[in-house]
Amino acid sequence: MTPHDYDYLRALLRKRSGLVLSAEKHYLVESRLLPVARKASLAGLPELVQKLKSPGSDALAIEVTEAMTTNESFFFRDKIPFDHFRNTIMPALIAARADGRRIRIWCAACATGQEPYSLAMALKEMGGAISTRRVEIVATDLSSDVLEKALAGIYSQFEVQRGLPIQLLVRYFTQVGEMWQIAPEIRAMVKFRQLNLLEKFSHLGIFDVVFCRNVLIYFDQETKIGVLNRLAEVVAADGYLSLGAAETVVGLTPVFKPIPELRGIFSPAQTTVPNTSANVVDLAGVRTAAVAGANR
Amino acid sequence: MKTCLVVDDSSVIRKVARRILEGLEFQIIEAEDGEQALGACEKLMPDAILLDWNMPKMDGYDFLRALRRLPGGDRPKVVFCTTENDVAHIARALHAGANEYIMKPFDKEIVEAKFQEVGLI
Repeated sequence: MTPHDYDYLRALLRKRSGLVLSAEKHYLVESRLLPVARKASLAGLPELVQKLKSPGSDALAIEVTEAMTTNESFFFRDKIPFDHFRNTIMPALIAARADGRRIRIWCAACATGQEPYSLAMALKEMGGAISTRRVEIVATDLSSDVLEKALAGIYSQFEVQRGLPIQLLVRYFTQVGEMWQIAPEIRAMVKFRQLNLLEKFSHLGIFDVVFCRNVLIYFDQETKIGVLNRLAEVVAADGYLSLGAAETVVGLTPVFKPIPELRGIFSPAQTTVPNTSANVVDLAGVRTAAVAGANR
Repeated sequence: MKTCLVVDDSSVIRKVARRILEGLEFQIIEAEDGEQALGACEKLMPDAILLDWNMPKMDGYDFLRALRRLPGGDRPKVVFCTTENDVAHIARALHAGANEYIMKPFDKEIVEAKFQEVGLI
């Protein structure tokens, strides 16, 4: 692959997913995109790049983007955000929504579903405190492949052992051969949708809690700011934003402020949201019927 | 430094577990079966026990039931680590007083996550 080809792929990925690849990530590109090239009956990466440059290659560009986006996820990842969710955030929201208003939660990059299912199980475990409340969990991801897996809710033994307490495995999973399938009652609590965070998401409505964890780390500064500013438009004034352990809003945007006693959790600041329309990447016309058909 | 008793009749598994747990700053004691493990606990009650199920002389399940009846035997966090991967075995282990359950094969991440889950690290 020539430096020119590599730069083309970097630009394509940045435009489509916000993913920023440093100059030395050749190995990662080769290991993830060679299988895509072979699947498309192409000899190698130079041929893949040529094909991507030709008209009518949108479906291939989507495959390339999906192959390059990191989809690592596990149940109750980092534990602490879920403790905050169960012990502080949900009790506060239940008290604030005493009129019975629906509580809405968004997992903004749900990968293979472990995060929204963890939240659903956490809610179930709250028992009486939540049983009479209407709670909606919306889970989105860029990749249709990972959403298919999330929707099926079937995980390997390795996957269910990473972070999932054994009591919850016994309570909410059924063994299917070598795999484990999450219970229908938990699956029914989560609505999966395909969504690119670089595109508009205001149509999803207002949320009381947004989990957007371990996504911003892959974006450049400008994209991070754009996404955070647009998230501020969909988080309720008394709502919460949960970011990954290596992520923050500090130094990026004034629209959220850290909650000192809840590490990794942010609340909307009472400030004007900067004009964010310039931060939305215009992908109109590049999405294919294949992607549209995968929307759920 | 916390102590962990590794109980497994396979020396390879004990070696792998020792390497992982020493990396998590545990002091390791080893036992080849339930009887040896019970003797070790009578001498010094560990903070944690990583426990196989199928072993000669006394299996993990019988060991756990005996352990929980010893003075101070309710204190160690017990994590089963076994090839018995069906729900019936897991439920039985939990009923006998296990705190967590690792299904073999395992790796460092899984052991770390499970030990974190029960508050050992």
